Amino acid sequence: MTRIGVVTFPGSLDDHDALRAVRLSGAEPVPLWHASDSLDGVDAVILPGGFSYGDYLRCGAIARFSPIMGSVIDAAGKGLPVLGICNGFQVLCEAHLLEGAMIRNAGQQFICREEPLRVETRDTVWSCAFEQGQEIVISLKNGEGNFQASPEVLHKLEENDQVVFRYLDNPNGSANDIAGITNERGNVVGLMPHPEHNVEALTSSSLDGRTFFESLLLFLQR
Amino acid sequence: MSRVVVNVMPKPEILDPQGKAVTGAMQRLGFHGLSVRQGKRFEIEVEGEVTDEVLAEIRRAAETLLANTVIETFEVVSE
Repeated sequence: MTRIGVVTFPGSLDDHDALRAVRLSGAEPVPLWHASDSLDGVDAVILPGGFSYGDYLRCGAIARFSPIMGSVIDAAGKGLPVLGICNGFQVLCEAHLLEGAMIRNAGQQFICREEPLRVETRDTVWSCAFEQGQEIVISLKNGEGNFQASPEVLHKLEENDQVVFRYLDNPNGSANDIAGITNERGNVVGLMPHPEHNVEALTSSSLDGRTFFESLLLFLQR
Repeated sequence: MSRVVVNVMPKPEILDPQGKAVTGAMQRLGFHGLSVRQGKRFEIEVEGEVTDEVLAEIRRAAETLLANTVIETFEVVSE
């Protein structure tokens, strides 16, 4: 059975939702701990949402130097699938596994809503089961989700097809309406919206989050 | 004990929503014609003398942890 690890940092909020979403997808959820450098032999890692280390200094800045992240960075370099959700996306940017950075939302408000997105590339481990250009709805909830990068980096992300998800109605001022990106290899994906919240009809009108996990399982079967 | 200060500021081309909010509040309070950008100040206590090596070490710490150079600039000031 595919084993998917979910890292708990002090201040993680959505680690249990992510573990639950993994279980509902048919994979085995494996809790991982920030203070350990062991990935427990998992087939993929999810960095969940929340406020790791209180978001002190900058979102994700301190979590990036936790023992587990040393192992995640090494393994990601060797091709391990990694998904960063919200705070997890911020950690991936701080760790330089993904480019750019998040600043406070342009409207200065915390935004919590169902967010329509477009799938811009299927060429990643975490989006290969979507249709190209598919419009999906994923829950968004953050105060610092405004993606920024230098013009050169933005140009490169667009040219290399590394923009994975784009907002249809930009909620926070993100450059180029970017909601999620990938690395050059396509094994590391980060996005601000929360696919783990969109896996069950009881709690969400959209079930589009399931396809993230189906993508991973499809990729690992190949 | 000597002190070294690291000032971190959002890059000029990066939107500063916090500074913008403070600027708006200042205008509402009647402080007109003032525009704010908000950054961070780190006061670092150093044991012994602040040598060039110590400053270089602090610059390295600033670049590694205190600032995210994708969106921020920093300066190291010996007091």
